[in-house]
Amino acid sequence: MNFRLLPIALTILFSYGFSTLNSLSNKNTTTTVQTDIPVYNFDELEPLLYTDSKKTYIINFWAMWCGPCIKELPHFQEYQKNNPDVEIIFVSLDFPKDIESRLKPFLKKKGITSKVVLLDDPDSNTWINKIDPNWSGAIPFTIIFNNKERSFHERAFESAIDIEKEVLKTINK
Amino acid sequence: MKKTNVLFSLILLVSCSLISFSTYGQRGDGPPNGERKGPPHGGRGPEQTKTLEEIGGYKIGDVATDFSLKNVDGNMVSLADIKNAKGYIVTFTCNECPFAKMYEDRLIELHTKYAPKGYSVIAINPNSIASDKENFEAMKKRAAEKNFPFAYLVDDKQEIFPKYGAVRTPHVFLLDNERKVQYIGAIDNNSRSAKDVTEKYVENAILALEKGEKPTPNLTKAIGCPVKAK
Repeated sequence: MNFRLLPIALTILFSYGFSTLNSLSNKNTTTTVQTDIPVYNFDELEPLLYTDSKKTYIINFWAMWCGPCIKELPHFQEYQKNNPDVEIIFVSLDFPKDIESRLKPFLKKKGITSKVVLLDDPDSNTWINKIDPNWSGAIPFTIIFNNKERSFHERAFESAIDIEKEVLKTINK
Repeated sequence: MKKTNVLFSLILLVSCSLISFSTYGQRGDGPPNGERKGPPHGGRGPEQTKTLEEIGGYKIGDVATDFSLKNVDGNMVSLADIKNAKGYIVTFTCNECPFAKMYEDRLIELHTKYAPKGYSVIAINPNSIASDKENFEAMKKRAAEKNFPFAYLVDDKQEIFPKYGAVRTPHVFLLDNERKVQYIGAIDNNSRSAKDVTEKYVENAILALEKGEKPTPNLTKAIGCPVKAK
């Protein structure tokens, strides 16, 4: 009886440890570089673009192949440092095949600690308009929002102060 | 002893399922616990710093400007130079953008198929020539590597792309024989994989013009590289 239960008990112990580890690493995403980059289609991404809370979110659409995007990344990092209560999510439009070989090393090199997800949905003509009918599809593109306010920015930010101004304009109306 | 072991396992089993359940609850990687995830509701209308109107450029039906830009072969090219044109596939594209690159072969195909029917591809690089990856020498090299059958022009003063309203590469403006803009947007609906394309926007627009009809859709959007202004 004991021996028959042993494998089960071990499995349970193992999965217990594993899930604890998982939740720990989830909590640590704000301080360390993310180890897993989820790949979403638009339907999977969409819930991240809305909230019921008063917390401020910044969603930045970017890619490694986009020069102006890379140039504005440090401004988001600086803004994040000064505003730890704001949640920044980077939506990468890079190619899924590049996640391991290029994206992760890139994020590590740049010290990006914010959440990063990858949007892989070829039918951009459909989902661009769902995000913002005024968006042409060029990146960088940024959404600032909470439960009540929302603004769209089809441009690169020039500084952390530039971001801060837009956040204040959006949220504290 | 046996009983305690069984009991212990049971406790483990129960606690494990509870824990798995709670981690599952957080798994969505969405906003933290307690926050609603889902489609929009409430909130004010969209606001953005620069609207599509402010970006400017042509709307469907506008007459597009002609130009005289230098081709990779050294000659100046204008739309008016193209004899017996029934339309023009004016495409803003560039050397380095991965999306532009993914469409190079499809642009070649479009030109090969439709230039004999009166619709030539005219590729224009709108990017700043300050970049050594986008300057005229780099364009010549890329055109030679890919053996472009169409003109690849440099918008060296960056005056033409703002008139058209090209914001990304690749960005197509299909003009009819009167240079009226009939279609603006993407080449097809799958940039990454030509074989998974289900709608060939530009080709369908040409076929519509051929039948004397208006293309539908006449405006599509796509992710592309931003045009690099000076």
